[in-house]
Amino acid sequence: MLAKRIIPCLDVDNGRVKKGVNFVNLVDVGSPVEIAREYEAQGADELVFLDITATNEKRKTLVDVVEAVSKEVFMPLTVGGGISSLEDMEALLQAGADKISLNSAAVAHPILIKEGAEKFGSQCIVVAIDAKYQADTGIYKVYTHGGKVATDYELVAWAKKVVSLGAGELLVTIMDADGTKNGFAIPAYQALGQAVQVPMIASGGAGNIQDFVDVFKETSVTGALAASVFHFGQLTVDDVKEALAAEGIAVRRI
Amino acid sequence: MLAIVDYGAGNVFNVQKAFHKLGVATQVTDREETILAADGLVIPGVGAFKPAMEILESKGLVSTIQKAVAAGKPLLGICLGMQLLFTSSTEYGLTKGLDLIPGQVVELPRSVLAAKGLLVPQMGWNQNRLHKTDSMYSFVDNQYTYFVHSYYAQCDETYIVSTVDYGVDVPAIVQKGAVYGMQFHPEKSGKVGLDLLKAFVNSL
Repeated sequence: MLAKRIIPCLDVDNGRVKKGVNFVNLVDVGSPVEIAREYEAQGADELVFLDITATNEKRKTLVDVVEAVSKEVFMPLTVGGGISSLEDMEALLQAGADKISLNSAAVAHPILIKEGAEKFGSQCIVVAIDAKYQADTGIYKVYTHGGKVATDYELVAWAKKVVSLGAGELLVTIMDADGTKNGFAIPAYQALGQAVQVPMIASGGAGNIQDFVDVFKETSVTGALAASVFHFGQLTVDDVKEALAAEGIAVRRI
Repeated sequence: MLAIVDYGAGNVFNVQKAFHKLGVATQVTDREETILAADGLVIPGVGAFKPAMEILESKGLVSTIQKAVAAGKPLLGICLGMQLLFTSSTEYGLTKGLDLIPGQVVELPRSVLAAKGLLVPQMGWNQNRLHKTDSMYSFVDNQYTYFVHSYYAQCDETYIVSTVDYGVDVPAIVQKGAVYGMQFHPEKSGKVGLDLLKAFVNSL
């Protein structure tokens, strides 16, 4: 049976791994290769590298990071953050990335999803969606630029659109929950699971083992992503998998 | 030296990096003399069957690969490269393959899978069940390997080394003589994947 995937996320700033809460207060947590190796040893199923480097000049360091990690760590690597052209995608895929994650650029130029899927295959194109719950309207609204810019899109409508354009996977972060360790936003993933037929990774809010159990038991997501609980050593990937296995959820353990 | 057949079907470098990690010399090539001089061949590949066969044909590589196999050189096909080993595929119309292993490549049965809550493509780690206990890959039994695919091979049990359960039994490793195929990506399957590649190299 296909295993549910546990995916640590590494925020990369100018070649180093950083972690913050709600995308601010960044703390240096180490070198990408060392951290990737550590997660491989813990049984991570996949790694996501998100480039949060502020300036364009320093952004090419991401290609070097991918190149270095892919020589040492043999698992699927997804790379995102500031990718806005087919050339960017090609450089990262050539460097060893398996999947490209598009976020703000997909909102600005949805055609990029289609062009990327046509050139590299849908399996290469992940669309990362950041959304926040709007208490007044009761909908999840899509945001870009690390949560700073609101769009006109509602979460499920945007998800359907990106899948129709060729996105092969969705990485959905509910930002109210991100870094807060209050649990994954279950209702959002349930709604998405009804609406689209592509693999989906839940992101944002994992604070304890039960949060992972809940998201897999109550939604159809095929992977769960987390950063802080893993980076600061609160949980290992295998701690999470041990608990999932005990609940009868298929996981790969090493 | 291992020849990694280059036909523009993406991500040959990750396969090369995995062999490099194992200390195995490789050359990414589309030249017949290099391929025929190699100790073994690897056909990687991501993408669709029909365009891949068209490129192999246009580069004259179909006959080169068949010649190498006829000369007894071990061959490993990975993912799309595994599917190309079969007689034909129905992806974008019936297309003839390299015909090194009898069988047909067809789409995962979407309705059967949907009824079980499974998506197409299969993307992720799935657990191998060993069929051939005398295989050099017998250690793959119960191990998880990483898959990304929408089509799968249908072939005689004789050629099946291992399968995974994805709504249907999906051949994961196939073999006929010194021709091997892996539907998953060993270069993305952690230690088990590297061990599988090493076993192939040790057979050269």
